[in-house]
Amino acid sequence: MSEAFEPKIVAFLCNWCSYAGADLAGVSRLQYPPNIRVVRVPCSGRINPLFILAALQNGADGVLVSGCHPGDCHYLSGNLVARRKFNTIKDLLAYVGIEEKRVQFSWVSASEGGRFSDLVRQVSEDVQKLGPQRRLSKEIA
Amino acid sequence: MSAAIRDAIRAAARPLLAEGKVSLIVGYERGSNGYRCRPSFAARAGDIDRLEWDSTCSNNLAVFLPGLFQRPPQKKGQETPLPRIAFVAKACDLRSIVALVKELQAPRGNLVLIGVPCTGMVDERTVREAVGGAEVASFADDGKAVVVRTAAGAEHRFEREAVVQHACRCCQFPVPQGADVTVEGPARTPGDNGDGLVKDIEKLPPAERWARFSAEMSRCIRCYACRQACPTCYCKECFAEQNNPAWIGVGAEQTDVSIFHIVRIFHQAGRCVECDACLRACPMGIDLRTWTKKIAADVRALYGFTPDFDPTGKPPLVTFKEDDAQEFITEPGAQGHGG
Repeated sequence: MSEAFEPKIVAFLCNWCSYAGADLAGVSRLQYPPNIRVVRVPCSGRINPLFILAALQNGADGVLVSGCHPGDCHYLSGNLVARRKFNTIKDLLAYVGIEEKRVQFSWVSASEGGRFSDLVRQVSEDVQKLGPQRRLSKEIA
Repeated sequence: MSAAIRDAIRAAARPLLAEGKVSLIVGYERGSNGYRCRPSFAARAGDIDRLEWDSTCSNNLAVFLPGLFQRPPQKKGQETPLPRIAFVAKACDLRSIVALVKELQAPRGNLVLIGVPCTGMVDERTVREAVGGAEVASFADDGKAVVVRTAAGAEHRFEREAVVQHACRCCQFPVPQGADVTVEGPARTPGDNGDGLVKDIEKLPPAERWARFSAEMSRCIRCYACRQACPTCYCKECFAEQNNPAWIGVGAEQTDVSIFHIVRIFHQAGRCVECDACLRACPMGIDLRTWTKKIAADVRALYGFTPDFDPTGKPPLVTFKEDDAQEFITEPGAQGHGG
């Protein structure tokens, strides 16, 4: 009965770049592991660190956040302000003892379908190696 | 020593009220228990004589600022004017006040700040433990030794440095700057910022860090005293109490508690002045410092920002630079990705 652990990863993708990048990966028939659950957000600046923690608490094994490359934001500076937020929360989560690779951040543009599939593969492998996330997940009977 | 400073505070405060420059003075007065002074709100000339100063004035008075400047929604053209309020401020209180001014909680022009240099405040918990929680009749501090006399008549003598708060021992800013009136007095030599603590924890493997964090937080009773005591926790509605969406549960469930603390500490990024008000307020004595220090150290390291005495500029997390650090970004295929 021992099946390989398949992590559940919540991916927050920005509407303008990363979501379109994911779309391109699909349209181009690029393969990537089916472990991600995509949540589309208007901009990476929309990400509240509570989104990440809520995902972990509700059973996600990992979280991926992706937005436009710096300088390419549809709202000009959304991802630049978000970058500071992300860096700080990532450091704090690592500091309290959540493994660093559980929560990852990246930039994927609308034309980078290949990069998107590589990213998902890599993040899935990282989280698979870490095993199920139990530290912040609320056990549901 | 502290009597001279007390008199100087009263002398600075008296004309402010008498001349109507302020309607309220926020300072310290003798508390009902001898272990610490309590906040005092002087609105009449007679109240000025209650103002005190000694080495038990550890409270961060900036916590009262947002509430004092809150007004109900205003009709255009019929706004009630904002009050003018004076604060007795140690350097840490002053830095918190500056952080609040930066976040537009009060116009600087409506504040009169009476800066008081600080030699470090005595840690209430240490003293209380040492005297066995006995009722304190008098508390004397000559700058070298602290003498506590209990109501039962016993005398306890402590070397001052041994009972000064950890936050004060590593305080980098003992002298207030940019106050409207600065009282003359001795100040301690600035310490290192105590980042050694953060560096030690960072060396541990994640599992041990988590064990430490969860062991401390498992004692949390969710009384929110840390949040109430913190000057820069002033949201009218805290994320912990929002119910649409309800970010976290209200009980003492472990993940709810952990997330509450992670996010509360995260929200202090660029605002925490490391005054340890949260730590003093915690009835369970949870060592919040270990984690609040990290957020302050991180903002210092990443954005070169320390909450100081300069009320201009923006808080670091509402702004950005094009070349901000982004080593934390995952580059698919790159070696050693994800940090």
